[in-house]
Amino acid sequence: MLIPKIKKKSILSMLERDLRLDGRSPNQYRDISVHVGVIEKAEGSALAKIGNTVALVGIKVGVGTPFPDLPDQGVLAVNAEFVPLAFPTFEPGPPDENAVELARIIDRSLRELDVVDLKKMTIIPGEKVYIIWLDIYVLDHDGNLTDACMLASMAALLNTKVPKAEADDRGFIKLNKDEATPLPVNRRVVIVSIGKVGGKLIVDPNLEEEQVLEAKLSISIGDNGVVAGMQKTGLSSFTQEEVEKAVEIALNKSKELFTVIDEALKKPSSLWEALRNNG
Amino acid sequence: MSSEDKIVLIDEKGRRIDGRGPEDLRPIRMEIDVLKNADGSAYVEQGGTKVIAAVYGPREVHPRHLAFPDRAAIRCRYHMAPFSTSERKSPAPSRREIELSKVIREALESVVFTQLYPRTVIDIFIEVLQADGGTRCAGLTAASLALADAGIPIRDLIAAVAVGKIDGVLVLDINETEDEHCEADMPMAMAPSFNEIVLLQLNGVLSPEETSKAIELGKKGIMKIYELQKETLKKKYELSTRRSQVVT
Repeated sequence: MLIPKIKKKSILSMLERDLRLDGRSPNQYRDISVHVGVIEKAEGSALAKIGNTVALVGIKVGVGTPFPDLPDQGVLAVNAEFVPLAFPTFEPGPPDENAVELARIIDRSLRELDVVDLKKMTIIPGEKVYIIWLDIYVLDHDGNLTDACMLASMAALLNTKVPKAEADDRGFIKLNKDEATPLPVNRRVVIVSIGKVGGKLIVDPNLEEEQVLEAKLSISIGDNGVVAGMQKTGLSSFTQEEVEKAVEIALNKSKELFTVIDEALKKPSSLWEALRNNG
Repeated sequence: MSSEDKIVLIDEKGRRIDGRGPEDLRPIRMEIDVLKNADGSAYVEQGGTKVIAAVYGPREVHPRHLAFPDRAAIRCRYHMAPFSTSERKSPAPSRREIELSKVIREALESVVFTQLYPRTVIDIFIEVLQADGGTRCAGLTAASLALADAGIPIRDLIAAVAVGKIDGVLVLDINETEDEHCEADMPMAMAPSFNEIVLLQLNGVLSPEETSKAIELGKKGIMKIYELQKETLKKKYELSTRRSQVVT
C-alpha cells in the first residue's frame, strides 16, 4: 500500500497549521472504546477500538512447570497474531517480525512493572505454576496497533478470573472454573505512540499517517507515572528534545487511556455489541 | 468427573442439556459488514459459538502460478483463535483446521461464479473466536454472508448445521457438550434454493434409515438459518438504498 505523493504533501502542509486530514489536532486520539468480557469461555478478554483499528485479546489460564531460574513464579506468555482478516497484506502463517515486535513490546511493558503479580501464581512452588496465555488478535488494522493492543491486553488482564487449582486423588492438578478469583494485578500500564512527520509530533497516527511517518516512538506509561518501556521504529530519527517532548505528551495522554479502561471495567460487554455497526 | 457418573444429555421429557427439544436450533444471530478493511465480512453467533469471516478479492494472485486462466482461484482458511477453546489452542494450524479449510472451500466454491474473474483469487478467512460446537457450520454460514457482502456473484447462499445422535435420538445443532458425548455428529451445508448438499461429513455410526432422517432434520434447520441470512442481508442493504435515495 503506497500513499500518493499528493496526499503526503497535504498531510505535511496541514500539519504546518497543526491540522490533520481526519480533523484531529496533533495531540488528539481517535475515538477509543474498550469492551471487556467479550469471550465468555476465556478467563479474561477485551476488545479495544482506536478509530477503525480493532484488537481482541483473550486470556487463557493453564497449569505448567515454572522456568528453572524462577521456580516460585507463574508464567506469562504474550503472543500476537496479525490474522489475515484484518488487512489485505496480512498473510496466514506464523507471526512475522511486526507481530513478534508488538508482542514483545507489550510483554516488556507488563513485565517491567510487575503488572501481573506472578509471585502469587504458584501452585506447588518449584513444580507447578499457573501459565497465563495472553493472545492478541488484530481484527482490523487502521494504524497504531501498539496502543490498541496494549489497551486490550491491559483491560483483558483486569477482566481475568483465575480458576482455583485443585489436586485430585491421583495428584493431578485440575482447574475449577466455578471457584475463580480475580487475577492479581499490581498496577496498570498503557502505551502512547507518537509519530514524527515533517519534524512535527503527532499522537496516535492512523494508517495513512503511518505510511508517511519518518519515525515513531511508542512509550509505555505506568499508572504511577513512570516510563516503563520505549520502542523507536521507522527509518528516521528523533533528537533528545523530541524524545523529551514525546514523553511529556505520553504522560499527559496516558491519563485518557487509563480512564477508558476504568470505564470499560464497570460493565461487561459482548462481541455482538462491540462488532455491530463497526464496518 | 469420574467415569461412573454419565452425563444426562436428554432427560425423560426429551429436553436436552441446554433445555432445547431435539429439533430446536440454538439462538442464532448474524451481522454483516463488521470489518472495515475486508471487502466483505460477517459475524455469526450460534449458541456459545462465535465466528467471524472476511473476504478479500477478487484480487491479484501471489504467487502467480496459483492463478487459473479460466476462473478465479478460491483460498479458504478456517482457523481457531488460541482463546476460543477450553484449553488454549496453539495458533499453528492443526490437521483438523487444514481439513476443514478444504471442505469449507469446496462447499463455497460450488456457489461462486468463479469464471467471471479469471486469473484472480478470492480469499476467505474464517476465525473461530469462541468454540461451542458447530464451528465449521457457523463458519460456512458466515463466509457465504461475507461473500455476499463483498458483492461477489454467487448462485446461492450457503447455510449449515450439524445433526447429532444422542442416546438414540437425532438432534439438531449440537453444542460442544453434546458433541463430546454423542454417538454421531453429522455436519452438513446446503445451497438451499437448489436443494444441493455441498458439505457432508459424518463422525460416528448411523443406520441407513437414520441417515435419511438426519439429512431431513438438517434441512429443516438449514432452511431456518437461510431465512435469517436473507433477512440479515436485506436489513443492511435495503436500509442503505433508502438512505442513498434521501441523499440524492
